[in-house]
Amino acid sequence: MAQGVADTEVTARASEASARARTEGETLVVALSGAWRAAYARRLQSELDKALRARGNRPLRFDLAEVSELDTVGAWLLVKAARQTEADGKPAEFAGASEPHARLIARLGATEPRIAPRPPGTPLLLVPFVALGRVVINAWNDLVDSQAMQGRILTAFGSALALRGRLRPPAFVNQFDLIALQAVPIVVLISVVVGAIITQQSILQLRPFGAQIFVVDLGAILMFREVGLLLAAIMVAGRSGSAITAELGSMRMREEIDALQVMGVDPYQALILPRMLALVLGLPLLAFIGSLAGIAGTAVVARYYGGVPFDTFLDRLQDALNLQTLMVGLVKAPVMAFIIGLIAANEGFKVEGSAESLGRHTTASVVKAIFMVIVADGLFAVFFAAIGF
Amino acid sequence: MSEPTTTDVGAEKTPILETKNLVVGFGDRVVIDGLDLTVNRGEVLGVIGPSGSGKSVTLRAIIGLLPHRSGTVKVFGRDYQSLSRRERLETEQRWGVLFQQGALFSSLTVLENVEFPMREHLALPARLRREIARLKIELVGLGPEAHNLYPSELSGGMIKRAALARALALDPEILFLDEPTSGLDPIGAARFDELILTLRQALDLTVYMVTHDLDSLAAVCDRIAALGRGKLLMVGTLSDMLGADDPWLRDYFGGPRARHLEKA
Repeated sequence: MAQGVADTEVTARASEASARARTEGETLVVALSGAWRAAYARRLQSELDKALRARGNRPLRFDLAEVSELDTVGAWLLVKAARQTEADGKPAEFAGASEPHARLIARLGATEPRIAPRPPGTPLLLVPFVALGRVVINAWNDLVDSQAMQGRILTAFGSALALRGRLRPPAFVNQFDLIALQAVPIVVLISVVVGAIITQQSILQLRPFGAQIFVVDLGAILMFREVGLLLAAIMVAGRSGSAITAELGSMRMREEIDALQVMGVDPYQALILPRMLALVLGLPLLAFIGSLAGIAGTAVVARYYGGVPFDTFLDRLQDALNLQTLMVGLVKAPVMAFIIGLIAANEGFKVEGSAESLGRHTTASVVKAIFMVIVADGLFAVFFAAIGF
Repeated sequence: MSEPTTTDVGAEKTPILETKNLVVGFGDRVVIDGLDLTVNRGEVLGVIGPSGSGKSVTLRAIIGLLPHRSGTVKVFGRDYQSLSRRERLETEQRWGVLFQQGALFSSLTVLENVEFPMREHLALPARLRREIARLKIELVGLGPEAHNLYPSELSGGMIKRAALARALALDPEILFLDEPTSGLDPIGAARFDELILTLRQALDLTVYMVTHDLDSLAAVCDRIAALGRGKLLMVGTLSDMLGADDPWLRDYFGGPRARHLEKA
């Protein structure tokens, strides 16, 4: 062995990349070979660590003559090691690199991956309270925002009625088609099915008393007062509430709403009013159609499962139903439609730049609308009971 | 047509990208009709053409986002459409694409956006990955203050730079840029041109650049390919283009906005 040259061999098993350390005088020379690429990053790191273990506190030289490929990750590992050496006050250099490799190393050597200062985090113990506080504040802001939204919509409606803004019949007709007409098949379908299920279960309970004829009263009143409307409202909240939120949200993301505003067009009047009107006029109609479909389901099940013939059913229906029952359902419908529209528009206007935010607000729109519709229905039930209607 | 002199010899002879008789169309409309285009290793090719001449369609066909009707597209000497799934994946890791609007993932921060390709394709230790991502962000001229911003909070120039950092995340051999300087102010655009030149030097890049920016063409591109009516009108250096007699090219390079180029 030549004097002053102690071989600390750290070779690679495979041929991809390796680092061998040897000593030349004072300097530790690390001869690199193979492909120094990101794909072998873990290997490169361990090879390098092994080779540098012998460094002690000596100057360092990398010999890159045998390196076939070098990418940012490979070069960065070397540059980092060189910086470490320089931080110890010893020189570090690169030798034998091909021109592109030398350029890459020089460029990375001149670049410092600065770290962004961490934003101050919340202490772990406070996290639940911070989350709770957020929920409360968001709920409060939601309430304030939706009141502001309601005011704006009513103002827009008022000025449209006073003929101070443009009425937009085509937009209204288009929205009415989307929100009400196209929802008819699905509302009819679920109403028939739910009507049939309710009737079947009721007959099961009434039969021991020989009272299955009352299934007509039960089905009809339930359908017109509650179920027909609820089903229609939930369907509309799912179909149209989400659509309105997504439309307004993506329009906000692309600055279309800002564009309307600066052109002197009130977005509430141009975008929200037609949708709101379509909802408020469409939902009562949908609820009525749904109730009829539910009664049809009731009639069919009553005939084939409960043995109530159709003419008896109709007779009984005439006695059971009156205008009051119908009105209870129809009075509630516009209010629920307004709630759905208000929540949808409010959530739509809250969408920020990201796709994730759009998804989150669309979901929130549907969930909140369905929740509020059911809560409102409960309040109505209490109210009607109190006034004996 | 002038071929650029390649700096290195040997393996550099096969072009990194080659289209032969490429035909792309939608329905009964043929957008690209028999395009032959070659990009050599290490060069910067600028692709120009009037609106609707199929620049973007060509780019999308090359990177496999649009199927072509006939002809071949060879990237790294292999025909993308005939590759197996695995080979495609390999190819996709060797190119980087900067989309016109940046196409940053809107629900990830800048740092996460740059880390994303590495996270998907490389088994890097998390610390090293983050370091490399920070390094790439520095390389494109953004500072640490951009790390934790979301794309919706970035300015136009920052979006381009962040998207470039993401395109560079896997150390691509060829970089596709779709109108990299559009929407930037002249100073920002000039800096971006400079950036592309230095990165190309440092990272040994080949660049395919769709652009309308005459200054970029003059500053960055080794060769220019002009598309028109679905075909290649002309390929050559800027001075070839200035002497062209195609009417569109004459308008393009002889117009009021191109006057200062003659002196260059």
